[in-house]
Amino acid sequence: MKRSHTFWALLALMGAWQALAMVIQRPILPSPVVVLGVFFAEIFGELGGHFLASLWRVTASMVISILLAAPAGLALGQSQRLNQIFAPVIYLLYPIPKVVFVPIVALFLGINDLSKIVMIFLILFFQILVLVRDQAEGIRPELVYSVRSLGAGRRALFRFVYWPASLPAVLTAVRQSIGTAVAVLYVVELVATSRGLGYYIYIHGSTFMDYSKMYAGVLAMSLLGLGLYFLADVLHRRLCPWQFIR
Amino acid sequence: MIRLEELSFHYPSKPLIFERFSLEIGGGEAWAVLGPSGCGKSTLLYLAAGLRAPTAGRVWVNGAILERPRPSTGLILQDFGLLPWATVEENVRLGFKIRDFYGPDGKHAPETTPPAVMDERVRFWIERLGLEPVRGQYPGQLSGGQRQRTAIARTLVLNPDLLLMDEPFASLDAPTRENLQKIVLQLRQESSLTSVIVTHSIEEAAVLGQKILILRNRTNRSAEVVDNPEAGGQGYADSEGYRRICSQLREILGETA
Repeated sequence: MKRSHTFWALLALMGAWQALAMVIQRPILPSPVVVLGVFFAEIFGELGGHFLASLWRVTASMVISILLAAPAGLALGQSQRLNQIFAPVIYLLYPIPKVVFVPIVALFLGINDLSKIVMIFLILFFQILVLVRDQAEGIRPELVYSVRSLGAGRRALFRFVYWPASLPAVLTAVRQSIGTAVAVLYVVELVATSRGLGYYIYIHGSTFMDYSKMYAGVLAMSLLGLGLYFLADVLHRRLCPWQFIR
Repeated sequence: MIRLEELSFHYPSKPLIFERFSLEIGGGEAWAVLGPSGCGKSTLLYLAAGLRAPTAGRVWVNGAILERPRPSTGLILQDFGLLPWATVEENVRLGFKIRDFYGPDGKHAPETTPPAVMDERVRFWIERLGLEPVRGQYPGQLSGGQRQRTAIARTLVLNPDLLLMDEPFASLDAPTRENLQKIVLQLRQESSLTSVIVTHSIEEAAVLGQKILILRNRTNRSAEVVDNPEAGGQGYADSEGYRRICSQLREILGETA
């Protein structure tokens, strides 16, 4: 996929939106020109503040999940015994849609930033854990043998084999779960908060009936997801170039 | 150089592969280990590399009991030994990187090599093995022969005194295989390297092994060794002696079939 193709796709989507707005002719679907105008006016003001609040929540949970899930996945992938103990637990927890935990987390942690961060963390954590574990488990014994024969002990194996082998799994997991993470961010920001894009979208859509602002918020949230996705993609290409060479 | 002393080994809940098995491999000798698959020839190599511990008995290498991989033993495997995420040059440099990682603790690394010497040796072996054009490529981009030459360079850059090879050329086509066999023979003539190659190919054992250890598909209790002193000489693979050894080996292995 070329960059220019993405650009044309974006243009086509904007065109479709514009056409739809012209057909419908109602305030519930303002044209992209109007929304972009509001977006750029607001992003340096009120909308920008909400954007930063959302960005902070999703970034914090991403960092925490990577820091906890990557080493845990590595440990499980390396030790059959540990994996035997935890595999059934993970097997049961992994497929549960974590968003159903929203009320439980809110009950225990309150309705603050922490509970929102923990919710997104729950989603990312299991994705990263499982992918990293499977990756570490799949490392060929021949590779481990030959690196050990070069003098590597446990620490060097981590540094030179297990960590670089798992890095793509971490980045893939992050990329795959960003969509869900931002969706859950929206849900948790609807509940009892006055900061964040979810709140911004909700309040302008339902209370103030300011649809162009609501759309600007939707746009901001889309850009947040898209930006993080691109970032993970760029990091993947930067840090794991061998996977992109054919 | 290597002494196996009353060595026994079996995998968990499997029958014994070796029982009170003794063998002495002298410094500078070129050995081949030949036998059907499953006879334990790779296991023997891993025991000599310190990657597996014997169930009973002892493995001595260079006068010391082997408890972990020695920094000056080189190991070359059939495949999958290269880091897929590292270029040819980075793979060749890996041993030095690991030594740097630990520092000169005498356990993982014998000495620190000054960076200039490191660069010099990496350059030398990359050129010597014809890897210059692919030095920046990843293993996934290389041919089988180039991958094995990278693995050889990575081992030789560390100046090993013992080279252990587990079917290193088994997955290569015939011309590439012969080319790499020649390289191994040349290296041996130039240095006092002790080498052990595990193979299932009678021809390869006859070309590379001055002593050929035969292993059987049952518990191995004593070392059955065929002498092949002419191996490695100029034009040996076309000689009468080579053909005689090959048919002798075929006969010995045929008995167990």
